[in-house]
Amino acid sequence: MPEQLVFAMEVTLNGLMTGVMYSLVALGFVLIFKASGIFNYAQGVMALFAAMTLVGIQDGRVPFAHIINEVLGTDIHYFGWEVPALLAILLTVLVMIGFALFVQKFIFRHLVGQEPIILFMATIGLAYFLEGVSDLMWGSEIRNLDVGLPQGINDTIDQVTFEIFGYGFFIDNLDLWATGIAAVLVAGLIAYAQYTKNGRAMRAVADDHQAALSVGISLNYVWILVWSLAGIVALVAGIMWGSKSGVQFSLSLIALKALPVLMLGGFTSIPGAIVGGLIIGVGEALFEFSIGPLIGGATENWFAYVLALVFLVFRPQGLFGEKIIERV
Amino acid sequence: MFYREAGDFKTTYAKDNQTFPIAFDRYRYYFVLFMAIGIVPFVINDYWANAILLPFLIYAIAAIGLNILTGYCGQVSLGTGGFMAVGAYTSYKLMTAFPGLDMVTITLLSGFMTAIVGVMFGLPSLRIKGFYLAVATLAAQFFLVWLFNKVPWFYNYSASGQINAPERTMFGMAVTGPNAESWVKYLFCLAFVFVLAWIARNLTRGSIGRQWMAIRDMDIAAEIIGVNPLKAKLTAFAVSSFYVGISGALLFTVYLGAVEVGEAYGITKSFLVLFMIIIGGLGSIFGAFAGAAFMVLLPVLLRNILTDGMGWDTALATHFEFVIVGAMIMIFLIVEPHGLARLWALAKEKLRLWPFPH
Repeated sequence: MPEQLVFAMEVTLNGLMTGVMYSLVALGFVLIFKASGIFNYAQGVMALFAAMTLVGIQDGRVPFAHIINEVLGTDIHYFGWEVPALLAILLTVLVMIGFALFVQKFIFRHLVGQEPIILFMATIGLAYFLEGVSDLMWGSEIRNLDVGLPQGINDTIDQVTFEIFGYGFFIDNLDLWATGIAAVLVAGLIAYAQYTKNGRAMRAVADDHQAALSVGISLNYVWILVWSLAGIVALVAGIMWGSKSGVQFSLSLIALKALPVLMLGGFTSIPGAIVGGLIIGVGEALFEFSIGPLIGGATENWFAYVLALVFLVFRPQGLFGEKIIERV
Repeated sequence: MFYREAGDFKTTYAKDNQTFPIAFDRYRYYFVLFMAIGIVPFVINDYWANAILLPFLIYAIAAIGLNILTGYCGQVSLGTGGFMAVGAYTSYKLMTAFPGLDMVTITLLSGFMTAIVGVMFGLPSLRIKGFYLAVATLAAQFFLVWLFNKVPWFYNYSASGQINAPERTMFGMAVTGPNAESWVKYLFCLAFVFVLAWIARNLTRGSIGRQWMAIRDMDIAAEIIGVNPLKAKLTAFAVSSFYVGISGALLFTVYLGAVEVGEAYGITKSFLVLFMIIIGGLGSIFGAFAGAAFMVLLPVLLRNILTDGMGWDTALATHFEFVIVGAMIMIFLIVEPHGLARLWALAKEKLRLWPFPH
């Protein structure tokens, strides 16, 4: 087998893994968008905030230490204990639910009935706000996140592929885990939406707000629910990205990467988010591999957007999106 | 008492249609102009010019531009930073390739170049609407920044990848470069702001502006009453990009002097200008000014209070700034989605009846 083809296969596999990561972020968008029509730009910052909170709790950092020290003149940084990963994750989930309550109570409840674009801009404001809060709470340094997921090259795949192709593929264990966890998460979400009472309420709200309201579903409750779920998805995404490349500001930028994913997949479709993520992941990896060296590299900065742009011109509602019907 | 239409009789159609129909408004406008042209250049110093006035004027142009596209025509764009970069790099190429050209020509040509690029990226807007378009404009943002980073021709093969504005003069005075005096730079920008704002104001209340607003309010209905969406959307993109390009060019040549594209024209710039028009008021020229002033003044003010006044450390003050800017945007959207311009209009309504509201 020609060498280039083998390389391309490896690149494709790694692209798929990255695509899964994009899908994870995109999933949070879809959840909120379906239920409330809010296009939540803050999803990426939520991932950053969740990861920061997780690291902070694990290390036993004092929240708002910087500001407390500055105002009171003290010098405290740590509580002096370390919280096991699982407990820390649970606590972070609670924080994210608290965040969902806050967002719903103080922001979006007051914006019900506004135009979608106003809601979108409000989430941009929320993103800035949350980023500032995250920095104030936990500082803005790069943190290492370790919840005990295995990292480094997967030896089995390396050996097996070496025997077949004479070249060992480099696949990160963490990416494999992320793929597995993402699959479980998606299956869980779909099952939740299909088979539980809350899930049914969620789907009803997504279908038609007013009809849902008239059969006695509390919109407020459902919205808090989806924001909490989106917070949990953000936490998972934050853990994955954070373990891969450290918890830092650039984590919030993956939200921007999730946007073309959504455009490809359609804003309203969970399978669309997954497939869109995979297409973008593989597409940008292959493009960078094949064309990138010819035109100076770093094409992954823009490839996803341009791909989505070109794609949208031909199919404005995305791959799986509901057909846009316009009435006057 | 002093803010009345009463007694101000309009005897011609021209007078009836003027931008400031109320005499007080008109005098206020002349007063502001007089202050800006007659007083400020004589009292300006480097700190005021660099910290407040120059960024205010330059961002006001960008905000007017984006307001034309987003506020008047309803097409949300997140590519402002990229288009500003087009303006900056065009002016850089022109400045270095034709040292004899004067700065006004260079800046205008940069605007036209950006308008062409803007129309190219605006073409998909005919098929893509709403959020999808907002995301599509991100393609412009990231692609353009990448292009200016990766193609050495754009930065004349300089080793650092930066572009530096050489010294160019206007009427014998240095406008760009390290020797330019702050009052010259100020007046240069002010001239652009004045002319561009005047043009924008008159465009938006004329036929083309009405077409934009019709498209914004409901594009299908607009099409049915005879607005050509192709023409309306593309002219909005062209005019908007022209403004944004001029703003980007001025930001580079006059204000910053040296630019690294990812840093100066990144996605944060797009959001900054977007915030300006949200806070200032969508669909209002005054709003663009108000928003620009707000977003330029807020960090300066916070820095003065938190860092100098209370002795906090700069990192902490920066984080606080994020919280406050974010919170302000949300509060504005909740309390007054139409921004400062709307508050201003409400205040004027109140003032008309004051002090006898009944």
